[in-house]
Amino acid sequence: MALDIYKINPEFRDIMPQEIIDLEEKATWSVKMEKARGIKELPQSKELLEEHSLCAGCPEAAALRYVLSALPVPEETVIVNSTGCTSLMFPHIALHTVHSLFGNQNAVASGIKRVLEWRFPDKQKDVVVLAGDGATVDIGLDYTLQSFFRQEKITTICFDNEVYANTGGQESGMTAKGQVFKMAPTGKKFEKVPMWELAKTSGCHYSVNLTASAPKQVAKVVREAILIAREIGPTYINLYTPCILEIGLSANEGLGEMKDQDKGRFEFYKHVSPEAEAYLAKCKEEGLL
Amino acid sequence: MSKRTDMTDTHNWSGQKLVSTDYMLFEAPRTKHFMTGSEVLKEAVKRCTVDASVSYPITPQSEAAHLIGELWAEGYVGVYFRGENEFGVMSEVAGCSMAGARTITTTSGPGTLRAMENFAMWSGTRAPMQLVLMARGINSPLTIQPDNLEVFYLLESGMMIWYAENVQELFDMSIAAFTVAEKPDVHVPIVTVVDGFFVSHTREAVELPDDDIAIEPYDPYASPLPPIDSEMPPGRFLRDPFVMKSNYISYAAHASWQFEIRSAVERSVPYAKHFLNGLVHVSGDEDAELAFVACGTASQQAKEAQRELTKLGIKSKVIKLRTIRPFPEAELLEALQGVKHAFVPEFNVVGWLANDVKAKLYGKCDTEIIGGPRVGGGMSMPAEAIIAEVMEKVNG
Ligand SMILES: Cc1ncc(C[n+]2csc(CCOP(=O)(O)OP(=O)(O)O)c2C)c(N)n1
Ligand code: SF4
Ligand SMILES: [Mg+2]
Repeated sequence: MALDIYKINPEFRDIMPQEIIDLEEKATWSVKMEKARGIKELPQSKELLEEHSLCAGCPEAAALRYVLSALPVPEETVIVNSTGCTSLMFPHIALHTVHSLFGNQNAVASGIKRVLEWRFPDKQKDVVVLAGDGATVDIGLDYTLQSFFRQEKITTICFDNEVYANTGGQESGMTAKGQVFKMAPTGKKFEKVPMWELAKTSGCHYSVNLTASAPKQVAKVVREAILIAREIGPTYINLYTPCILEIGLSANEGLGEMKDQDKGRFEFYKHVSPEAEAYLAKCKEEGLL
Repeated sequence: MSKRTDMTDTHNWSGQKLVSTDYMLFEAPRTKHFMTGSEVLKEAVKRCTVDASVSYPITPQSEAAHLIGELWAEGYVGVYFRGENEFGVMSEVAGCSMAGARTITTTSGPGTLRAMENFAMWSGTRAPMQLVLMARGINSPLTIQPDNLEVFYLLESGMMIWYAENVQELFDMSIAAFTVAEKPDVHVPIVTVVDGFFVSHTREAVELPDDDIAIEPYDPYASPLPPIDSEMPPGRFLRDPFVMKSNYISYAAHASWQFEIRSAVERSVPYAKHFLNGLVHVSGDEDAELAFVACGTASQQAKEAQRELTKLGIKSKVIKLRTIRPFPEAELLEALQGVKHAFVPEFNVVGWLANDVKAKLYGKCDTEIIGGPRVGGGMSMPAEAIIAEVMEKVNG
C-alpha cells in the first residue's frame, strides 16, 4: 500500500493546515526518490511538525529528523517508542508508530516484527525502536537485551540524554558517575552503563555510540543499522541527545555540548560483526548505501 | 514451515478446510476422546487458524504452552517463541496482535501478576487476543495449587472474562472466545479461565470435531483500530496519545475511551449468549428457594452438593456463571427469582465472586447472598463442606 496510506483525505485537504500538507508533500518518501534520499534533502523537507512539545532547542527534535531522513523506506517502517520526552515527538510525524508502556518497547517490537514477517513474507517491513535511556537501559533493560539474545531483526535506537528527563531530571543508569540529579542528591554512585558494549556481547551485529552533532554521520549509522537488521540480526545505536534543560544550557547550546562529548563520553564507537560487514559491502555494491 | 500466504479462500495455511464458528461448534460431527485440559486446548488452537503465540513456563499452564509450540512445529501456528518473563510475553503478544495476528497465550498465578500492567494496555489498544488462565494461587507463601484469587485482579482490566468448568467447556469456549473477541463492535481481549490442575491436568471424556477443519482467519482490517502493519492509514489513537494534547482533551478522551472499552465488553453479550448457549447455566430444582451461584470447579462441587441435598429432601439449584465480564446480571436475576438464599462457594479466601454478585445485584433482588463456603491455597471443596454451610442456614 505504501505511500498512499499517508495521504490526506481529499475531502479534508482544504481545511488542513499547510504544515500537515507539507508533512505529506515534502517528507522524503522513498517512492518519490529520484536520487538517493536522505540527509541532504532535510533543509527543504519536513518530517516533523514544529508544534511538538519538546523544549525549544532540544537536540532530540533535530536528531529525530536525521533518523527519519535515513529510514530506507519510511512508508514501510514501524517505529515503536516508549514513555518519555522522545514519545512527545511521535504524534507529530506521519508514520506508523506505537506507544504502549514504559520500558516494554523491545518486547512489543519483537511481536510486531515477527508477525509482519509472517503476514508479509514477500515484503520488507522495517521495525525500529526509538526510546530514551531510562526506557532502554533501566526499566526496559531485560527486554532490550533479551531481544538481542533472541536475534530479533529490529534496530534499537536509544536517545541517550543521560537522565530521566520527562519526570523532571532523575539520574539514570546512563548518567555519568558523580553527576548530581534528583534521586542522586549527593552524586551518582556508579559508572555510566556501557550499553553499546552490552549490545555487542548480547548479540547485536552492529553497535554504535555517538552524538547527534554530525547529521550525516547519524544518518549513515541509522541507514546501516536498519539494513543489517533486515538480513542479519539486531542492531543498536546509542545517540547522545543532551537534555539541555536538566544540565542548564540554553536553546542554542545543544550542538556545542554534543561536540564536546564527541571527545568525551560519546567518543565514536562502532562494532560491526563479520557477517554484517560482508552484508554492508554487498549493500554498497547494490547502491543501497 | 507453513507460509501464511499459502492460505486460500477455502483452506488455511496448514491445509485445513475453513468453516464458520457456528459450524465448528454446533454442526460438525464429533467423536469421543479422553484428554486433559492442556491437551484439549491444543486441539482447540489447532482448529482456530492461530497466527501467533508467545509462551513462558509456569505450573500448571506449562504443558498447554508446550503443546501450542508443537502446533507451531507442525505448521498450524505461524509465530511461536518463549519470551523472557510474563511482562515481556504479554507485551510481545500485544505486538503480535497489533500487527494483525490472531494471538493466544497462557499463564497462571504469579505470571498473571507479573504481567499486570499489560492487561489494561491490551484492552486500551482494543487488541482482541486470548489469554487462557489456568488459575493458581499467588505468593507468598509459594504455592502452585489451584486457588483463583488471581482472577480478582483482572476484574476491572477492561478484558472479557469467561470461566470454563471442565475440559469440554474449555475446548468450546476457547474457540468461541476468538470469534467473540474479534467482532468489530467488541474487539477487546478475552481471558478464558479454568481452575489449574482440576481442569488442566484432569483427563475427561470430550467430544471433538475432526481436525481437518478450522475456523476462518482473523481479519485485522475489520478492527476499530488499524493494525500496525503499514498497510492502512495510521490510527490517530496511537499517533496522538492524549496526554500530548491539552489537559482538557486528555481528560475527555481518556474518560470516554474507558467507557467505550466497558461498553465494548457489554456489546459482546448477544454473541456470547449465542456461542455459549447462555451466560448462565442452571441445573437442579427450578422452584428451589436455595441456590448456589458459582463458576468453574466450584460449580461442579455445588452440583454434587445439590444432588446430596435432594437425597435429604432439600431442594436447591446451581446457577453457573459462564461469563464474569460481561457480568450476566439479567440472566442471574432471572435465575434467582423465588430464591431466598444463594450461597457463593469459591476457591479463594477473599470471596471476590460473592462480593461482585452482591455489588451487581444490590437493590435489585430480595435474595440473601451468602459468601461461602470458601477454600484457599488449593484445598478441595468436598460437597459435605457445602452441605454443612447450607444446613447451618436451614436449621439455624
Ligand atoms: C511503569 C512506569 N514507571 C514509571 C513511569 C514514569 N516515567 C515516565 S517517563 C519517565 C522517564 C523517561 O526517561 P527516559 O526513558 O530516559 O526518556 P527521556 O524522558 O529522558 O527522553 C518515567 C520514569 C511510567 N510512565 N511507567
Ligand atoms: S526536558 Fe530535556 S530532553 Fe525533554 S524536551 Fe526538554 S530538553 Fe529535551
Ligand atoms: Mg533520558
